[in-house]
Amino acid sequence: MNGPALELVCPAGTPAALRAAVDAGAHTVYCGFADETNARNFPGLNFSRDEMAAGAAYAHRAGSKLLVAINTFPRAGAEAIWHHAVADARAAGADAVILADLGLLAYAAEHQPGLRRHLSVQAAAANADAIMFYAETFGVKRVVLPRVLSVEEIAAINRDIDVETEVFVFGGLCVMAEGRCSLSSYATGRSPNMNGACSPASHVVYTEEQGELVSRLGNFTIHKVPKDAPAPYPTLCKGCFSAGGQTGHVFEDPISLDAAELIPRLAKAGVTALKIEGRQRSRAYVSAVVKSFRRATDAIAAGRPVPVSELAHLTEGQSSTLGAYRKAWR
Amino acid sequence: MRLTLGPMLYNWPADRWSDFYARIADEAPVDRVIIGEVVCSKRLPFYQNQIPEAVERLQRGGKEVVLASLGLVTLPRERKMLAELAESGLPVEVNDLTMLRYLAPGTHFTVGPLVNVYNEGTLGFLAGRGATTVCLPPELSFASVAALAAAGAQLGIEIEVWAFGRVPLAISGRCYHARLAGLAKDSCQFVCDADPDGLAVETLDGQPFLAVNGVQTVSDCWANLAGDLAPLSEAGVGSLRLSPHTGDMTEVARLFRAAADFRIDPDEAIAGLAALAPERRFSNGFLFAQAGAEWTH
Repeated sequence: MNGPALELVCPAGTPAALRAAVDAGAHTVYCGFADETNARNFPGLNFSRDEMAAGAAYAHRAGSKLLVAINTFPRAGAEAIWHHAVADARAAGADAVILADLGLLAYAAEHQPGLRRHLSVQAAAANADAIMFYAETFGVKRVVLPRVLSVEEIAAINRDIDVETEVFVFGGLCVMAEGRCSLSSYATGRSPNMNGACSPASHVVYTEEQGELVSRLGNFTIHKVPKDAPAPYPTLCKGCFSAGGQTGHVFEDPISLDAAELIPRLAKAGVTALKIEGRQRSRAYVSAVVKSFRRATDAIAAGRPVPVSELAHLTEGQSSTLGAYRKAWR
Repeated sequence: MRLTLGPMLYNWPADRWSDFYARIADEAPVDRVIIGEVVCSKRLPFYQNQIPEAVERLQRGGKEVVLASLGLVTLPRERKMLAELAESGLPVEVNDLTMLRYLAPGTHFTVGPLVNVYNEGTLGFLAGRGATTVCLPPELSFASVAALAAAGAQLGIEIEVWAFGRVPLAISGRCYHARLAGLAKDSCQFVCDADPDGLAVETLDGQPFLAVNGVQTVSDCWANLAGDLAPLSEAGVGSLRLSPHTGDMTEVARLFRAAADFRIDPDEAIAGLAALAPERRFSNGFLFAQAGAEWTH
């Protein structure tokens, strides 16, 4: 028996990555404008208005869809920047916008009612009531679920709602409820919610001290490793700290999510779309990950077992985790 | 400016919890008290039966009482908790938008600092749904606070800021107290009860940084806006939130009352707060669009 068709939603931080994702078989690609309106606001990344329009045309010619993430929280006194982004996404030909802020959802529902609205993971709608609140109030058609739920909970949510769900299956992993974390701004003054960047590179300093490579974020040491060992990027919640007489990764190990083996169960749980994190990644990475996951979704659609072994190498030697999908993670 | 005592964020034994609210009811010069569980639904049964008595005593003490709702709602029994809160007959503080689905249309409510209110559009939406007071996210700068206070004045919403206490920075599906004890959240043995102000997290240099409080992560520093009340008042901020901690919270409230009435100057207020717990570090960096851990005075 064939399984349900799962939509593969793939990241693109640049026009080249967008073309690579589409060519590799992405059903859908998501992007952001090159400003503070999206949650991957990194130097050299993201799309101008013209690039977005060209990207939408490229995706559409291949039968793929384009989503535009406008998923930071507009700054008081400057909401027009975010309002323009919604209008410009529509003008570029986006199939949907991915939003998190209540005020921006209200604006989009009122001023761009024909533009499909998805709820960003940054809104952290973690149960059926919250999801139905967004669906009923703003006409949201799809919700990206926060990475705090187990597969069983996702299945239960899907039984109680009548909108689509999208879940992360690969890439970076927030251990905190997304969109509800100010750890980065406590250390640096810049946060995902306000500035679209967590643990920004502009506030990272590496120094060598007594034979060790020390990485600091703002005024705080996040890691120390022997000077010839590979130094992980100092993402705050993946840092090494001391608490309660222990030293280690208090919040989470420097690890990334790989839920490939759970794809059949996620399909059974009623999930519509699988999301790959990584708009900051290279086009080679995007291409390789998309190809592998496309083989997995094709296998599900054809009723064949998922070729798990092909996906393992993509964590590039890093440790991977099933995250909250496995209940004991908590 | 009014004073609001925020909800108890930490896991205190039930008797200590009751004694705390009895003293607040009888002695603390606060206008409003938010009471109930925000952080972890597993903690509530320990003191749930003592809430009615505390509410009654606080009301006898002339305080407006608001019931807190949970900050991260995932489980069916947690949704049931919200449904029961909506039926309580008391005003409710919304800490997760899930709560909005349980409040009957036209019901007035307050909004806590874990809800993302960053701009006028969001404030306007919440005003339309019945919000009367909104405590802003602690990471907002003065420019945003002022813009939202101005918008709040137009909308009839009182704007509150996080003025004292360790700052709630994140909430997770994972319990860090349990993780540190080598336990899972579902069998946590309530190890968080050993840390009535949270468990200190230090950097590898031994520098105090954060504190864990079950599924919540808070700042090491105690936010302290006692030196910044004149500009906040001028901007139209209507209320200051004081977050419960160990030590003399009644005296904390008295010092903030005096500072907010400009009966004592900022130096005196800060010196008084420092004298109550000299080992605590203060911060107000968020207000100045700096790292939140910074302290400018």
